[in-house]
Amino acid sequence: MEKQKIVKTDIAIIGTGPAGLAAAIESAKTGADVILIDENAQPGGQLFKQIHKFFGSKEHYAKIRGIDIGQKLCNEAKDLGVHLMLNTVAFAIYDDKIIAGMTSNGTILIKTKCIILALGANENTLAFKGWTKPGVIGAGAAQTMINLYRVLPGKRFLMVGSGNVGLIVSYQILQAGAKVLAVIEAMPKVGGYGVHAAKISRAGIPIFTSHTVLEAKGEKEVSSAVICELDENFTPIRGKEKEIKVDVICLAVGLTPQTDLARMAGCRFEYINELGGFVPWHDENMETTIPGIYVAGDTAGVEEASTAIDEGRISGIAAASSLTLINKRKAEEKILHIWERLNSLRIGSFGQNRQDAKKVLMKARKNPCL
Amino acid sequence: MSLEKNGYPDIDEIKNSPGYPGDSRLARGNCIVIECIQEIPCNPCEVACKFGAIKVGQPITNLPVFDGELCTGCGNCIADCPGQAIFLVNKAYAPGKALVAFPYEFYPLPEKDEIVAVVNRSGKDIGRGKVVKVINPKKNDHTPVIYLEVPLELADEARSMKDLSGKKDEQERE
Amino acid sequence: MRVINHPILGKDERKKKVTIYVDDKPISAIQGEPILASLLAQGIRVNRITKKMKEPRGLYCGIGRCTDCVMIVNGIPNVRTCVTFVEEGMRIETQEGLGQWKNKK
Repeated sequence: MEKQKIVKTDIAIIGTGPAGLAAAIESAKTGADVILIDENAQPGGQLFKQIHKFFGSKEHYAKIRGIDIGQKLCNEAKDLGVHLMLNTVAFAIYDDKIIAGMTSNGTILIKTKCIILALGANENTLAFKGWTKPGVIGAGAAQTMINLYRVLPGKRFLMVGSGNVGLIVSYQILQAGAKVLAVIEAMPKVGGYGVHAAKISRAGIPIFTSHTVLEAKGEKEVSSAVICELDENFTPIRGKEKEIKVDVICLAVGLTPQTDLARMAGCRFEYINELGGFVPWHDENMETTIPGIYVAGDTAGVEEASTAIDEGRISGIAAASSLTLINKRKAEEKILHIWERLNSLRIGSFGQNRQDAKKVLMKARKNPCL
Repeated sequence: MSLEKNGYPDIDEIKNSPGYPGDSRLARGNCIVIECIQEIPCNPCEVACKFGAIKVGQPITNLPVFDGELCTGCGNCIADCPGQAIFLVNKAYAPGKALVAFPYEFYPLPEKDEIVAVVNRSGKDIGRGKVVKVINPKKNDHTPVIYLEVPLELADEARSMKDLSGKKDEQERE
Repeated sequence: MRVINHPILGKDERKKKVTIYVDDKPISAIQGEPILASLLAQGIRVNRITKKMKEPRGLYCGIGRCTDCVMIVNGIPNVRTCVTFVEEGMRIETQEGLGQWKNKK
């Protein structure tokens, strides 16, 4: 019988995106033994695909490109002695905080004192006639191919969705040398930052609000798309269909928190629309309804990399504090300071909704519906 | 609001924002225009200006307030803006001509004296311009800034360019 | 199509190439890239044909979650080509339906 390899640690973090890396850094700073687990062959989550300069303030790494922030965080985590377990799919959380991971050499069990779930989010999809044809892809897929692997999945793109993902990826498609024929948006106004929209407008990409995609046409692969204007009830207006010659239809229609392991561990959830759907309940320390299990980043509500980094930091400090590896008062002070910084991101017409949503989440009773 | 409906601001939205130096200051020449009109948390522009001409303060969602009187037109802020919303406009450049500078993160970069298409905020081709210089120092972190000579009457609209050289075909290969 | 010159990422300096076989056709791939990237670089966008309706499928999520890009790799079916890296001499085939194990491991 195969002997199960068991590894012991203080804090196990699943996900090496911005939240996971930041959590690992803060925990490791206190002297905790930290294991960072990721199913991918390289760390960084979505960070290494973000070739644009970030917003925020100096503390938020403003004007630094996502790829460089990713490298900084990876180096910092490595220098602090964090154990990196790549190519490891964490497929279960059992009682007594045992994580099961699948590697090419078989299963590995990790027995830990604290777990931080930084699993990120999954792209939403949009089904329409012909959507299964090769050429219909997620915006994240486009970003992965062009920024990580330097290959173009096509030459003429239609971007569906004008949130920040749709706007930023459209810009990056141009930088990779392909054409974006249009960005379409079902709502009557652009979803993402005006400056992102202005950048692509200057570059000649038209943005059609109150539009949707009706069909992906093509014999085997996408060779054109049918888009249509919508009325105020989001119903396609007959006669306003337009066919455009594209070979890629990119879907940037939102993200949903990735929470499978939180469910398996028995965490209670809340449904918060502004955060992307079902979100594990957490307190100001990012701790869930299961003591010792924390969440951070998009798993705890879809936002951005800057907020993911700060939530990761909070969870790392809180986890270490629970193991008395850091003085409790010092931990509270640090966490409070990070909350101030977080709240400075969660204001304005884009951020305030999310701050309010997080407040609603944290105020909910500890035994919500699910 | 044009920015929210169309994805690009119209000139009135810009002129009515605190990032606009005012028509008279612009007419005097060599001055920045900040086209940032939404409250998003961001302040690298404030840090970039050594002359204190740009103020954001707290909270960092404040729109940048620009004092044209303190602006020397050095252009340091152009590459530092993550939103690429800062431009240099020199309406006193030469008789009948203005100099407009903008960030440009595309391949290929044009060369000095090259003739390019001038485009406005909605990407429309509005005329021809001549490249005066292209700067791409290391501190810009891969955000080159192009200085374009344009007809004076286009100064308020010229905000980017389109390559006419055909060198773009070298960007990809099977 | 490969992006040779990129305004942020710079020039593609990767030199190490490997040869992979796609439906018996030799293709030049770059070491360190996933199979799917090598195929896309050649304009190959169909990875498999569905069982019931015989429809083509290809890249969708790009990060190993949706399985639309699976192909038969070295005789093993249902291999996610977006997260499996190329190796010298690798044999890749367009998968029909659920695929069949061609070699016994």
